Amino acid sequence: MSGITIPVQTDKPKLAVYKFSSCDGCQLTLLNLEDHLLDIAGAVEISFFLEARRRVLPPPYDIGLIEGSVSTPEEEKRVHQVRRDCKYLIAIGACATSGGIQSLRNWANVKEYADLVYPSPEYLKTLETSTPVAAHVFIDFELRGCPINGGQLLEVISALLAGRKPNIPSYSVCMECKRRGLPCVLVSKGEPCLGPITQAGCGALCPGCSRACYGCFGPMDQPNIGALGGKLTGELGKTNRDMKRMLRSFNGYLDPFKPASDEYERLEQQEK
Amino acid sequence: MAGVDHGIRDVWFLSMQGLEHMVRTLRAKGYTVVAPTVRDRVITFDEIVSVDQIACGVRDEMGPGRYRLIDDPLSRVFNYVVGQDSPKRLFFPPKLELVALHVEGKRFVLDRTSPKPPKLAILGVRPCDLAAIRVQDRVFGYGDESAGHRCEADTYYNQARKQSLLIAANCTQPGATCFCDSMGTGPRAKEGYDLSMTELGGGFILRAGSDDGRAIVNELPVRDPSPSEIELGQLKTDQACERMGRQLDTDGLKELLDEQIDHPSWDEVAKRCMACSNCTMVCPTCFCSTVTDSDDLATGTASRTRRWESCFTHQFSYTTAGSVRSSQRARYRHWMRHKLGTWWDQFGSSGCVGCGRCITWCPVGIDITKQAAGLRDHEPVKRHAGTHHIERGVTI
Repeated sequence: MSGITIPVQTDKPKLAVYKFSSCDGCQLTLLNLEDHLLDIAGAVEISFFLEARRRVLPPPYDIGLIEGSVSTPEEEKRVHQVRRDCKYLIAIGACATSGGIQSLRNWANVKEYADLVYPSPEYLKTLETSTPVAAHVFIDFELRGCPINGGQLLEVISALLAGRKPNIPSYSVCMECKRRGLPCVLVSKGEPCLGPITQAGCGALCPGCSRACYGCFGPMDQPNIGALGGKLTGELGKTNRDMKRMLRSFNGYLDPFKPASDEYERLEQQEK
Repeated sequence: MAGVDHGIRDVWFLSMQGLEHMVRTLRAKGYTVVAPTVRDRVITFDEIVSVDQIACGVRDEMGPGRYRLIDDPLSRVFNYVVGQDSPKRLFFPPKLELVALHVEGKRFVLDRTSPKPPKLAILGVRPCDLAAIRVQDRVFGYGDESAGHRCEADTYYNQARKQSLLIAANCTQPGATCFCDSMGTGPRAKEGYDLSMTELGGGFILRAGSDDGRAIVNELPVRDPSPSEIELGQLKTDQACERMGRQLDTDGLKELLDEQIDHPSWDEVAKRCMACSNCTMVCPTCFCSTVTDSDDLATGTASRTRRWESCFTHQFSYTTAGSVRSSQRARYRHWMRHKLGTWWDQFGSSGCVGCGRCITWCPVGIDITKQAAGLRDHEPVKRHAGTHHIERGVTI
């Protein structure tokens, strides 16, 4: 492959995959759909996907998948071009939908962080905050998760191509957990599981390994964080600091995890 | 015992060793045997091939939002009650593909229909779960059509139910969240079983409730029980009534639920309820499902799948105008009023069998018996017709 842009005449919808501030895990989820990858390549023209192929077809694109948060001045500009280039724009993964784990900087001083990490921080061009794509441009759909679930990605692409509504649930992880018949780790082991407030989609991956959910799919539709917090800080002996840290992980900057974590921080400071 | 004519007598004694014989006989007759097993320290219904896979030597400790399985070498076989799982999933699977088809030219071509259910023998069904199966029989249209209050027949459920064998285990050790006695469903199975067992020291009092059950007994090394063994079995289940962990006063409850539509306790429970749907998932009678269509990119096959749903999810009552029950208060109240009240109008029975699962497996331990009792505390509250609560935002 030469890397030269070759115009290709095609009737297939054109797919673009973009990377912003992220670990690439969500793009890899697409590549990891090994059994379905040829089906996808058959159904759409993969026009812009730098992690998978060098060939780049010019915009406009029918479907754009955008991974990562907006955390640099360059990204802040580029995200608007991406929106202009894509008919449907879908944010994939916790970074793109919430600001990601790097949004922990939003509660801190970025310069202090940079001075600690980099020998020459003056070369760094970064924003004060890491924010989700939807904070900058209009998004047609969001897929949660760190990383996203391959089945959900396939479902969204299939639904878009068929012109139907994607079946992406907004209820709790507990629903998927109970459907699988997995023993509840919160009730039977006393593990601090965030399943009751976290959106489904992973297929109850962690409870399936007898582990507590740590909320990587972010808040479900109308979570009652205080009620779970009451159980965790009461019967299970977690502290307000623990609660704050559990909420501020992959989706810490997303409402209502953010205001709830701020409230636990306030309670933590009150204790001091 | 071969060659012994049991006549029309319907009660026998089966030794502890005889249980192994029972499992072997069931398997020889082509049944897939399902029994309570231990999975990750929780009693769970699972397929077994031999008797030593049945949970034994353990007892359970339960409370609101809490469950622990304790090793107890002195425990007999069925010395626990129910885990989070019920036989519900065996007849009404949590996920079931209903149909798959594709388009050829101008017509639909059928690829698949829903799978055939296995021929099940469920060993160790508790009386509350037996009652729950009868409740779901009406929901899924199984059994006598003249009984009234029944829905259209569900194909999978009816097939699975028709070919299944139910072997009940009467309860002699009720749990702390059990209240079957209040609901009139236990601790002794009265009807709806093929065989029932009451565990004594060295074996079981065995009763047959159907011809299929009697046919199994004919193959087992049973003997006549002594009068004292029958009396002991009776005594053990009688005593279990006195040791129920909880009680629910059902007297006038349906009317009470109608009157107390604006009782302050609904606001209180809404603060605790996470709408996580655990109660409805573990409830042996909850029957809600959602049907979604999906398509395969490669083959173009479209499939229709049914999954367990819950009235606690926000999207459950979603219409073009938004969710009909948008608050936790509305959803909890709807569920409880249906379970204990409007179920009577719909199906001619209570929707609650007193198994206590919704209390044990609610992560925050909301207790339906306490909620029901709390409604008796106040005179009915009359609010202005247009007043309703909007519960939004984060409060901790």
